[in-house]
Amino acid sequence: MTWLVPLPVMMPLLGAAATLLMFRRPRVQRVISVSVLTATLAVSALLLVLSADGPLVVAVGGWPVPLGIVLVADQLATLMLVVSAAVTLCVLLYSIGQGDADGDEEHPLSVFHPTYLIMTAGVTNAFLSGDLFNLYVGFEILLAASYVLITLGGTETRIRAGTTYVVVSLLSSVIFLSGIGLVYASTGTLNMAQLVERLDALPDGTRMVLQGMLLLAFGIKAAIFPLSAWLPDSYPTAPAPVTAVFAGLLTKVGVYAIIRTETLLFPGGRVGDLLMVAALSTMLVGILGAVAQSDIKRLLSFTLVSHIGFLLFGVGLASRAGIAAAVFYTLHHIVVQTTLFLVTGLIERRGGSTALDRLGGLARTAPVLAVLFFLPALNLAGIPPFSGFLGKLGLIQAGVADGSVLSWLLVAGSAITSLLTLYALARVWNLAFWRSPADTPSAAPLKSPKLMISPTAALVIAGTALTLAAGPLYSLSESVAGDLLARTPYVEAVLP
Amino acid sequence: MRPSIVLLIAVGVLFAAGTTLLLERTLTRVLLGVMLLGNGANLLVLASAEPGAPPIVGTADTAEMTDPLPQAMILTAIVITLGMTAFLLAVAYRSWRLSGHDEVQDDAEDRRVRELAERDEGSDAEELDADELDNETLEETRR
Repeated sequence: MTWLVPLPVMMPLLGAAATLLMFRRPRVQRVISVSVLTATLAVSALLLVLSADGPLVVAVGGWPVPLGIVLVADQLATLMLVVSAAVTLCVLLYSIGQGDADGDEEHPLSVFHPTYLIMTAGVTNAFLSGDLFNLYVGFEILLAASYVLITLGGTETRIRAGTTYVVVSLLSSVIFLSGIGLVYASTGTLNMAQLVERLDALPDGTRMVLQGMLLLAFGIKAAIFPLSAWLPDSYPTAPAPVTAVFAGLLTKVGVYAIIRTETLLFPGGRVGDLLMVAALSTMLVGILGAVAQSDIKRLLSFTLVSHIGFLLFGVGLASRAGIAAAVFYTLHHIVVQTTLFLVTGLIERRGGSTALDRLGGLARTAPVLAVLFFLPALNLAGIPPFSGFLGKLGLIQAGVADGSVLSWLLVAGSAITSLLTLYALARVWNLAFWRSPADTPSAAPLKSPKLMISPTAALVIAGTALTLAAGPLYSLSESVAGDLLARTPYVEAVLP
Repeated sequence: MRPSIVLLIAVGVLFAAGTTLLLERTLTRVLLGVMLLGNGANLLVLASAEPGAPPIVGTADTAEMTDPLPQAMILTAIVITLGMTAFLLAVAYRSWRLSGHDEVQDDAEDRRVRELAERDEGSDAEELDADELDNETLEETRR
């Protein structure tokens, strides 16, 4: 069944070509994109089931393994694939709904569908790639598509915000490429499984430089403090569905690359402490930024940065419990953060703005919207029994089990960050939803069609259902973490 | 492996010049910086292989050939840099069409912080004035 492995990359790419050919027929474009992403989701789910017996490996083009491109679908990759495919599908439906409601029927942006599918292909390629250069190519595919999406329409604010984003991303790509050059110079291979053996043989200093270069490149993409300043500046200006999918997926691809390289290529280095310090500062700086914001989109961008710190905390611990919690938290965070940005898009349509001083009384005038916001907000803040609480609990338990001073500091930091997240979101709730409607200037609400509300509702339900599925999902995360730390299952699957 | 020192110096110069240009405010210079950095990175990848004969079958003994893999990677990287350069040029042109220049503006947060700082300075100055006034009136009353 290994022929399934390249499909999550190939199908969106072919779909992109087909939608590009059909640029005059928006309806055909929609049918193609939706069916391609549905198929991707189905294949990903099938791969998740199949990869339980061990990683599936495909040598693309029939080249022998260390020479050619290898795609590796292990449990971590397939788990991320399933969640990302589900999220991209929901966001696509939402954006179709938005396009319909705004009467884009006559003047649709014909580049949206092809670009969106190419971005999906980049994300899946990054998850599946078994060598560093293909990972780089995956990053470039998704970044190139994201440059187009973030400047969609080419208005002045988007061009300005897009410029920052593009230049910062290009810089991180250059650092990544230089890192790849150095890795190849010192080991003579880029295949991850082969790197496992050869990197262990290198002197400590050389390993540290290579690790530092890769970490720097991934750190910019994952928005880790102090490399995070570009994110709250550029994300909020993009259209709501674009911001949602960027917030949910693109930073997590960086986190995935960090998890992969830290566990597989550079285990047990001295960089763990550095990661922990970066995690703590990301959490605190991010959430303090969120507390100071008066616009929901910017506020959510800052909470996004701060919660990357939680993921890094688990990676920095480098224990089985820590990585398991980080994997679980990543899945939770992809779903919840995307949902919140989609709901913000709905709020903008209803209230005419996302500035907190212009919104009010939405709990009375739009009760459905209130429910859709309330559940993921509590989930993000980590109120029991939501999955955010379970993920944070797992991280805190792993931190306590580690027992070092730094991990206790991080345990305290996570508690403070959770409280401040709750405070920031409660402020949004109080001002936008609970305030009397009479206090605010009323704007004529735009209609929110069912096709926008139902994908959002589906994601809210999925986020809430993570609690119900937490038992099996958590044990899956633990087996993923066990495999990652053991390293041998991956290496043996690629180099039999 | 002994890398060529000339190649490494060229990488260093390209990186240095690219970084300097990247710190500029106009997008066209940033673009030139990105191009230099990209070429520097390409040369760095090229330097990762041992120098040797061209890796074309039949032209030389396989043992004397250089490693073709970095060259394949550079080709990919060149194509990617080309695409990104074209996109950045389009962004710079659009920015020029919209605002008449291609300078990268401060973001909303920076502007807000600056406004707050200016207001702060203003209020400080007022307080100072008020203090001076108070002192003056105090001195007058003393007289």
